[in-house]
Amino acid sequence: MSSEKEFLQGVADSEYEYGFVTEIDADTAPRGLSEDTVRLIASKRNEPDWMVEWRLKAFRHWASLAEQKAYPRWAHLKYPDIDFQNISYYSAPNRKPKYNSLDEVDPEVLNTFERLGISLTEQKRLMGVAVDVVMDSVSVATTFKEELAKHGIIFCSFGEAIENHPELVQKYIGSVVPYTDNFYASLNSAVFSDGSFCYIPPGVRCPMELSTYFRINEAGTGQFERTLIIADKGSYVSYLEGCTAPMRDENQLHAAVVEIVAHEDAEVKYSTIQNWYPGNVRGEGGIYNFVTKRGICDGDRSKISWTQLETGSAITWKYPSVILKGNDSVGEFYSVAFTKARQQADTGTKMIHLGRNTSSTIISKGISAGESNNSYRGLVRISSKAENARNFSQCDSLLLGDRCGAHTFPYIEVNNSSGQVEHEATTSKVGEDQIFYCNQRGIGEAEAIKLIVNGFCKEILAELPMEFAVEAQKLLAIELEGSVG
Amino acid sequence: MSNAEMLEIKNLTAGIEDNEILKGINLSIGAGEVHAIMGPNGSGKSTLASVLAGREDFEVTGGEVSFKGHDLLEMEVEERAREGLFLAFQYPVELPGVSMANFLKEAVNSVRSHRGQDALSAVEFIKLMKERAALVDLNPDLKKRAVNEGFSGGEKKRNEIFQLAMLEPSLAILDETDSGLDIDALRIVADGVNRLRSENRSFLVITHYQRLLNYIVPDFVHVLLNGRIVKSGGKDLALKLEEHGYDWIKEELDIAEPA
Repeated sequence: MSSEKEFLQGVADSEYEYGFVTEIDADTAPRGLSEDTVRLIASKRNEPDWMVEWRLKAFRHWASLAEQKAYPRWAHLKYPDIDFQNISYYSAPNRKPKYNSLDEVDPEVLNTFERLGISLTEQKRLMGVAVDVVMDSVSVATTFKEELAKHGIIFCSFGEAIENHPELVQKYIGSVVPYTDNFYASLNSAVFSDGSFCYIPPGVRCPMELSTYFRINEAGTGQFERTLIIADKGSYVSYLEGCTAPMRDENQLHAAVVEIVAHEDAEVKYSTIQNWYPGNVRGEGGIYNFVTKRGICDGDRSKISWTQLETGSAITWKYPSVILKGNDSVGEFYSVAFTKARQQADTGTKMIHLGRNTSSTIISKGISAGESNNSYRGLVRISSKAENARNFSQCDSLLLGDRCGAHTFPYIEVNNSSGQVEHEATTSKVGEDQIFYCNQRGIGEAEAIKLIVNGFCKEILAELPMEFAVEAQKLLAIELEGSVG
Repeated sequence: MSNAEMLEIKNLTAGIEDNEILKGINLSIGAGEVHAIMGPNGSGKSTLASVLAGREDFEVTGGEVSFKGHDLLEMEVEERAREGLFLAFQYPVELPGVSMANFLKEAVNSVRSHRGQDALSAVEFIKLMKERAALVDLNPDLKKRAVNEGFSGGEKKRNEIFQLAMLEPSLAILDETDSGLDIDALRIVADGVNRLRSENRSFLVITHYQRLLNYIVPDFVHVLLNGRIVKSGGKDLALKLEEHGYDWIKEELDIAEPA
């Protein structure tokens, strides 16, 4: 169908909607990375010696990897080697204020969020979401802090956590993702600028969704967030991470680390919408998104659930994982990855079963358009001591057009004969029959494809918290918008 | 014909690649009339339905079709639908994960918007769904189910008639809606259709068997043979076909079996 082709072409080519640069004064470190850079970052942030030492250990490890060019190369991704000496590793808004009200925030910053349709005022009023905004690398606004404090919940920037809760940071940082874990995790450990810290005390059910909007803002600046979430015994928290970034010509490196610790009977739900600049239709520019996300179900009956909607970035390399150490613990991974134009995504999860009666669920939906490549890569490992472990995996791919690719790389290692592992995979194209059926009911091409794609993703979107699910649908619709309609 | 014209087909030819399937169809349907088209396998019945709905697998090589005064062949598939042409599919398509409610809301509001009507509110819409689902004895819970996914054969056919009821078309084409239905399901579907008959709504009922026409009694019956309408008559013609098959017509017309 010619109009369907046009529509798909439109999908494949549509340019990033959220591309703009906020002009605020920034304090940016010169390009390049050495021990001195690491010390500079730490001193800019007034960090204690233990933190500096940890960074330096990470840096030395990273430097030895970098010298051997020991980059992870196993992913189904193609990109040139990154010149790590041509990146600036620190950028902070010049004035580093502590705001009591939004009136004190730089209007430019607020304006940025207005244009993204996620104005803080609206968020505060309508949703009761505590928003810790990371603008570039330093937090500039935190709300609802007092309400959270009443419950003994700590939700602050990583920098504040180092200052005010050093015992917690020292105990948990690197406990799930050690600085030796992989090339990008080492890099992050050396140079992480800021991020979020969250601690839920025993028995506390966090009364609101905790939400952080990340935003990459300085031209040519890498962004190295670090997030640490600790759910103490019997606690519960739902954490939202959502992001958009302004348009860029240069590739921007993003190497974040997220660590989650769930103690006995605790539950953490972590939801992400990732919508960074994917580059233009020719594959120029765009974010390189190399993220290490991992949680540990440390205590018995604990649960960690990852839900993600990935639509952005030129390259996505991301495997939110769960180590199921506690007996009867539960790990979940729900993912929608949408790629178009020349985007490449290699994403999936690792479920490492160590404890008895542990169970994990993986549901991954990949949608590819244009000339993009979309891969699911997942590992399910059942260790010898994991009696009666269970896993269910389902990986579905949907192709829009005939120049894109969908790939599935499932790895399964079972070392205990009582384990049960199920894997299902499908690949389908949006059928002409389906489009015709919709058309015959009066539904146009564009709306038909939106309906079909939304239907395909339904069970994942249903996992997102309500207000996020609405945003996710809106985002998918925008992503699918093309020259038709 | 005294009634206002709904559909006027003149010398329509169509096929796939070099294979001509419709070899000059002439047919007039007036408003409120029910026409049945019967014919053996391969005579071109379903092709006619597909061409009228605008399926691009078929190439129209000649002729004219006017629908409520519009040049049908110039219209996109969805324009035809919005203007009031409905096709009940012989093989309804599954849309995994797309709920009936979302699907029909999109469809109904597209049609309403074309007619210059406001979109239905959620409450009005749910009420309408409930009311129309009852016409074909469908459980109103179906609003949460995905379109045709996991529907039994009979449910799929009833679902087509339910959608017909929701979209309130001017002309409904039923493409072998009776195929694969047991007698009870057939009666339910036929009852639904009969309740939807009105002086402003025409039907083109395509079927293999006379059986359906006992329930949906047509005003006219046409015999399609080898890409042409070779005989037209009243409902009695269908009975005669049931009794004697198609051979007597072939003999009458002196056409050889298609190779």
